[in-house]
Amino acid sequence: MVALDGMELAVPEGTVFGLLGPNGAGKTTTVRILTTLLKPDAGHARVAGLDVVRDAHRLRAHIGASGQYAAVDDHLTGAENLEMVGRLYHLGIKRAKQRARELLERFDLTEAADRPVQGYSGGMRRRLDLAGALVVNPPVLFLDEPTTGLDPRARASLWDVIAELVTTGTTVLLTTQYMEEADRLADRIGVVDHGHVIALGTADELKDQVGGDRIELSVTSATDLETARRTLAPLAVGDMQIDATALRVTVPVTSGAAALTTALGHLAAERITVRDAGLRRPTLDDVFLTLTGREADEKTQETVR
Amino acid sequence: MNTLQMAVADGLTITKRNALKIKRAPDMLGGVVLLPIVLVLLFAYVFGSMIELPGLSYTEYLLPGIFVMTITTSAQITGYTLTLDLQKGVFDRFRTLPMSPSAVLTGQTFSDLITNVTSIVTMALVGLLVGWRIHTSPLEAALGFLVLLLFAYAFSWVTATVALALRTPEVFNNVATIVSLPLIFLSNAFVDSARLPGPLKVVAEWSPISTLIQGTRELFGNTSPAMPVPGAWPLQHAVAASILWSLVLLVVFVPLATRLYKRAVSQ
Repeated sequence: MVALDGMELAVPEGTVFGLLGPNGAGKTTTVRILTTLLKPDAGHARVAGLDVVRDAHRLRAHIGASGQYAAVDDHLTGAENLEMVGRLYHLGIKRAKQRARELLERFDLTEAADRPVQGYSGGMRRRLDLAGALVVNPPVLFLDEPTTGLDPRARASLWDVIAELVTTGTTVLLTTQYMEEADRLADRIGVVDHGHVIALGTADELKDQVGGDRIELSVTSATDLETARRTLAPLAVGDMQIDATALRVTVPVTSGAAALTTALGHLAAERITVRDAGLRRPTLDDVFLTLTGREADEKTQETVR
Repeated sequence: MNTLQMAVADGLTITKRNALKIKRAPDMLGGVVLLPIVLVLLFAYVFGSMIELPGLSYTEYLLPGIFVMTITTSAQITGYTLTLDLQKGVFDRFRTLPMSPSAVLTGQTFSDLITNVTSIVTMALVGLLVGWRIHTSPLEAALGFLVLLLFAYAFSWVTATVALALRTPEVFNNVATIVSLPLIFLSNAFVDSARLPGPLKVVAEWSPISTLIQGTRELFGNTSPAMPVPGAWPLQHAVAASILWSLVLLVVFVPLATRLYKRAVSQ
């Protein structure tokens, strides 16, 4: 099965690149190739000037990787986990111990340092896993869906940690399913689908590309939904989305708040009861829908676990 | 650091990690030595009172078999740890580090050796309590334990190979139980293999498990002149054959496990 098909990207030193796409788009495969876990069948890639296949062993001393499955040992304490990673980077026992303490302090884990990871929360595990990726201060860092599965608070706190990290000049490749995450952390974003990049740019460029804002409103009956669709069509700058079960219509607009007022005025004139109305920035789903013509969360086939 | 130094250092780091895991979750090791302990007590007191062996107490006959059984049950820890690590993505982290690729398996098998020393010492103490004794010189006795541990180490590689081929902890556990029990019962561990019916007798007498048990019995002096050693070649030269078996297992299964490990982690 082809997981990557002509994936092409370049990330300038010291910047954060976000790879955004649904499950099975090829994000993880890309990271696994760039972190030397997987050999590409064809093509080549260089990280920090080193070829990921030919110079694989040397490259490993220059990269740090934190995966979507937090690769920490449950029975070991936080300190022991980091110490082990330090020793496997060949820092020497003393330096490995010292580095472990520094990182625990920095990631706010000092208190839990000597407790087995078993009792850590999801957010603490991810922080520890991320700390593991930073043991040697690698110039290049790979974060594969660092916040997937975390609750909103833990996610926000991890974002702060990552944001602080990138100010120190580390080059980061981040994969995510969340537009908001890419928005918050990445300098540039590549939207991936079926193994190749389908759009590239800053978060704002991508959002503009899919058309400014979204008006989202729901009505009380199927007849009203049809009338609303007809009434609002002139305001739309792209394809409208109609959800017949939720009786909801989503309209891409450019002029934001003004468009919402106009829309509500039109609907009032048609005597349509609006149950709920709002204005929002485009989401990953919108970017996806616009770029590919299908929903982002439609289950595409996962080629790599 | 050269390649060999790195392999040793990294192997020891992984050994320490696994040893810590065993220390933190002693229930695993407990579960593994519990079955042999229960069997010692059951066999020594229930069967021991019924089975009459010429010139030898049944307990003395039994213990070498129990030592070997401990090795095959301890092996379950190897497989369980490996399959669990495989599922959890720990190996992915390891593989992005500039560490020696052989360290995961050498570390695993070294820590298994620690497990085996622990469980064999436990069984020896239980044995002494129920009347098992060593009748040979300290040197022979030491050699007895060494032969057991060498086989245990080789057997770890066999288990690692099976675990890496099966990959999931549940499947591994099922297979391990189904295979390890007949392996022990189809040997001279609990009964004199000479008295088994035709085909079973052949299987039992040529089984490496029987060879090791016979070798251990000889080195600990748990034998009786009134019980002749069966004619099969490995049983006639049990100590040498046990060492030979261990080496053969290592030669076959070290490369095999290494290959399967590479295949398992590069998917």
